Amino acid sequence: MTTTSYLTVKALTKYIKRKFDADPHLRNVYVKGELSNVKIHSSGHIYFTIKDDQTRMPAVMFAAQARNMKFRPESGMNVLLQGDVNVYEGSGQYQFYAQVMQPDGIGELYIAFEQLKEKLAKEGLFQPSRKKQIPKYPQKIGVVTATTGAAIRDIVTTISRRYPLAEVLIFPALVQGSGAAPSIVRALKRSQEHPGLDVCIVGRGGGSIEDLWAFNEEIVAREIANSNIPIISAVGHETDTTIADFVADLRAPTPTAAAELAVPNQLELLERIASRKSQIVSMVTAILSHERKRLHRVKSAYPLAYPERLYRPFVEKLTRLSEQFEKSGRTILDQKQERHRQQKMRLTLQNPYRTVHQYQKEVNSYETRLQIATEKNIQAKGHSFSSKIQLLEALNPLKIMDRGYSITYQNDQVVKSVYDVDVNKPLHIKLQDGVLLASIDSINKQSKGESS
Amino acid sequence: MTKNNVSFDQAIQQLEEIVRKLEQGDVPLEDAISLYKKGMELSSVCHDKLQNAEKQLISIIDDNGEKKPFESTEKEDASK
Repeated sequence: MTTTSYLTVKALTKYIKRKFDADPHLRNVYVKGELSNVKIHSSGHIYFTIKDDQTRMPAVMFAAQARNMKFRPESGMNVLLQGDVNVYEGSGQYQFYAQVMQPDGIGELYIAFEQLKEKLAKEGLFQPSRKKQIPKYPQKIGVVTATTGAAIRDIVTTISRRYPLAEVLIFPALVQGSGAAPSIVRALKRSQEHPGLDVCIVGRGGGSIEDLWAFNEEIVAREIANSNIPIISAVGHETDTTIADFVADLRAPTPTAAAELAVPNQLELLERIASRKSQIVSMVTAILSHERKRLHRVKSAYPLAYPERLYRPFVEKLTRLSEQFEKSGRTILDQKQERHRQQKMRLTLQNPYRTVHQYQKEVNSYETRLQIATEKNIQAKGHSFSSKIQLLEALNPLKIMDRGYSITYQNDQVVKSVYDVDVNKPLHIKLQDGVLLASIDSINKQSKGESS
Repeated sequence: MTKNNVSFDQAIQQLEEIVRKLEQGDVPLEDAISLYKKGMELSSVCHDKLQNAEKQLISIIDDNGEKKPFESTEKEDASK
């Protein structure tokens, strides 16, 4: 060959790549080493370097494979890799294309567990302040688990034995396998939507760490943490601890224990009720007997026991006063009566009877004297009167008429003069033994000096 | 609150409260007697509720939110 033919870089690289491809040893290689320069691309591809003390080799794990990893690779980790070695034509570098990556030494699930635990702890999801109180006497209890298997049986029989009062509502979920975590999340959501649940038990029976893995999944942990009802976790056996246990409001070592934590024991409750009842009885009895004693004490107190002693002094005082009153009343009465008697005596002594008697005598004597004097006077007057009558009789004009004199009246007037008479009227002429009725014929007037 | 609508939780809490009040001591007689009556009533309510819960209600809520009775596998196990 005289003429030298030049290869393109691309052709050379292709050639080398073909060598790699052809070698069956490089198609499926198991290699172990330490991770460094781990870069997780947003697409999900992981770029890293796998190295040991002397050598290093670039490596990549594409998103399709990386998705199946339980843990997150970090620099410094020792890992076991399975994959193939090939050439990246763009840079002409050979590199390791990892299909599977596992932690060397400690299990990958353990690392994944630790990583999620650390992450959620940082977010504060395990804080005791987040824990909800488990109600003492739940009325409705939710159970999120598989409807077959030991866990549901243990929970149901334990609750039935301890507290048949509560209603149990089972929200079936797959608790194992690839669909388990989303299934548990759905069941948890349904349980939260169900009205009136007081508490919810989430769990399953024992198994390998892979079997229990759903309870270490982040979606399950977050669903439990965000639950609005208190959650008791019950995963596997006592020695198994899952992320669900950390975020739950209460961790039960087993499903049976979860049921015991969820409900009180009715036998203990009955005992407690009985003891409360007897406590109430004894306390009220004590209060009653105390009050009874108090009443008795008050009743037997001196003034109440001998009530007459209360008013005896008053009775005595009253008696004394009424005696005094009677006595002094009598004295006053006696004094008054004595005075009355004296006054009466004085009055008797002063009796006007004798005076009256004396005056009576005087009156009598005066009467006698008056009678005598009057009689004498009457006699004297009688004498005087009869002498006057005799005198008067001697002077009586009618006596003169015996001797022939008469009296002439006109109009009951004595006619003394011719001038006094009315010639037209009659004259009454009184005589010694009667009256003459006369009329006047004429009047003869007497001249002076002429006697009749 | 009548006997029927009070929950066991409320009833037992009230019962405990009555015991607590009586334990304080300085309860007037009238109050003590009414507490006593109430306490006796509550203790029998609690007792009856526990005793009368003979059969537990256990049901499955399926994906559609429908409720159906849960058949315990216990019997099957026992028959094995």
